[in-house]
Amino acid sequence: MKLAIVDYGAGNLRSVVKAFEYIGQDCVITSSKEVIDSCGGIVLPGVGAFRVAANKLKDAGLWDYLKAEAEKGKTLFGICLGMQLLFDESAEFGNTYGLGLIKGSVEEIDTDGKPLKIPHIGWNTLLFNKKSALFEGMNNGTYVYFVHSFSARTDDSNVTAFTDYGLKTVAAVERNNVLGTQFHPEKSGEEGLKILRNFCNMVKHDNFTCN
Amino acid sequence: MLAKRIIPCLDINNGRVVKGTNFIQLRDVGDPAEIAKEYNKQGADEIVFLDITASSEGRGTLLDVIERTASEVFLPVTVGGGIRTTDDIKEILRVGADKISVNSAAVKDETLISRAADMFGSQCIVVAIDVKRVPSRKEYNGVFPAGFGTDLNDFHVVIHGGRTDTGINAVEWAKRAERLGAGEILLTSMDTDGVKKGFDIEITKIISDAVSIPVIASGGCGSLEDFRDVFKETDASAALAASLFHFGELSVPQVKKYLKEQEIPVR
Repeated sequence: MKLAIVDYGAGNLRSVVKAFEYIGQDCVITSSKEVIDSCGGIVLPGVGAFRVAANKLKDAGLWDYLKAEAEKGKTLFGICLGMQLLFDESAEFGNTYGLGLIKGSVEEIDTDGKPLKIPHIGWNTLLFNKKSALFEGMNNGTYVYFVHSFSARTDDSNVTAFTDYGLKTVAAVERNNVLGTQFHPEKSGEEGLKILRNFCNMVKHDNFTCN
Repeated sequence: MLAKRIIPCLDINNGRVVKGTNFIQLRDVGDPAEIAKEYNKQGADEIVFLDITASSEGRGTLLDVIERTASEVFLPVTVGGGIRTTDDIKEILRVGADKISVNSAAVKDETLISRAADMFGSQCIVVAIDVKRVPSRKEYNGVFPAGFGTDLNDFHVVIHGGRTDTGINAVEWAKRAERLGAGEILLTSMDTDGVKKGFDIEITKIISDAVSIPVIASGGCGSLEDFRDVFKETDASAALAASLFHFGELSVPQVKKYLKEQEIPVR
């Protein structure tokens, strides 16, 4: 099974690829639909601004394609901005539509009036909300690495893990074959690699427990 | 809860660590990638590479070091030193660094910060600010140096390793860097750097209160208590140290264990 890492000019692809390679997962950086078609799952990485990324995906002719593939049941895993793109819309620099694969929006982090630093940068704990194979063998309270200023607002039923930053902040989401993490598993040391291994197992065994 | 970060910093010259380590058994004690791997095992939260290579040929070696590190160390890696253009930044990020830090070049041309933030996102732009305490306005006998900012002139931005006082108010510069799109500030006090008697609490507190982006405290750490003090007395998000870790005076696990006992959140 091969993974397609979607290349739409949005940075940090290399880190994601290197992490998958390190755990022995075959993957390919690509913007070709044919290549993505030949892969067992799709990873959508991304850092930077929502609108820029959405436009780049559209320019690459991948926007409708990714949406259609995910709706057909292909595994789509968004990381950081890639996760935010899964939602209906984002308020970052004026409203921009997302892929609409998970109901919800992306808004500024709400620190509930607490004087917390924005961006939320650093290691914060995962607080599990629903059982997901993505976190198989991991403890509640595991630290993972976050870098973001905006966060998702969605129904709790879509959330597999929160983190605590002022308020409960969405850390990971999952809806059928579509999933995402706000944090960077590829930068979260050993525990992050475990999450990527779990993801590969989910794709291999079609094991999406969080429906 | 967000953990306070402990960050070892490696000075690199021509692809080699300048002050070698003598606390860990490594095949190659001067190889930054090997040392970064060891710090990863010890539980460091990030790694900073500070390149002090003077020659341009040395840059290629640095890129090789970053690439090798990024293949085996899955922690955020920041690279600083001698970065002048957005092309320099692109090259460093391309080989696998997560963030870059700019210092003198940003002081000389502040648009470097905004251009870099626009191109690569604020999350990967760290503005390194070296500061030095100067006599306050009153003590200046009426002769006031150039620069912006009028109130607090107790700390100036210095460049060239502290040899050149820019006359720029450090607090104003930090706020300006934030407005220009910096994602983090790496604050080094030249007064406390290398002295090992503690971080400069005063300026770290002033700057971490003045900006809403995270501040990494650097310079002067010599003991466990110094880590505690900077986190208890200021709003710093991270603490950076170099020789303290390299020479094994303290280890990352030791620092984290101590901070946990002091009820400071660490990973």
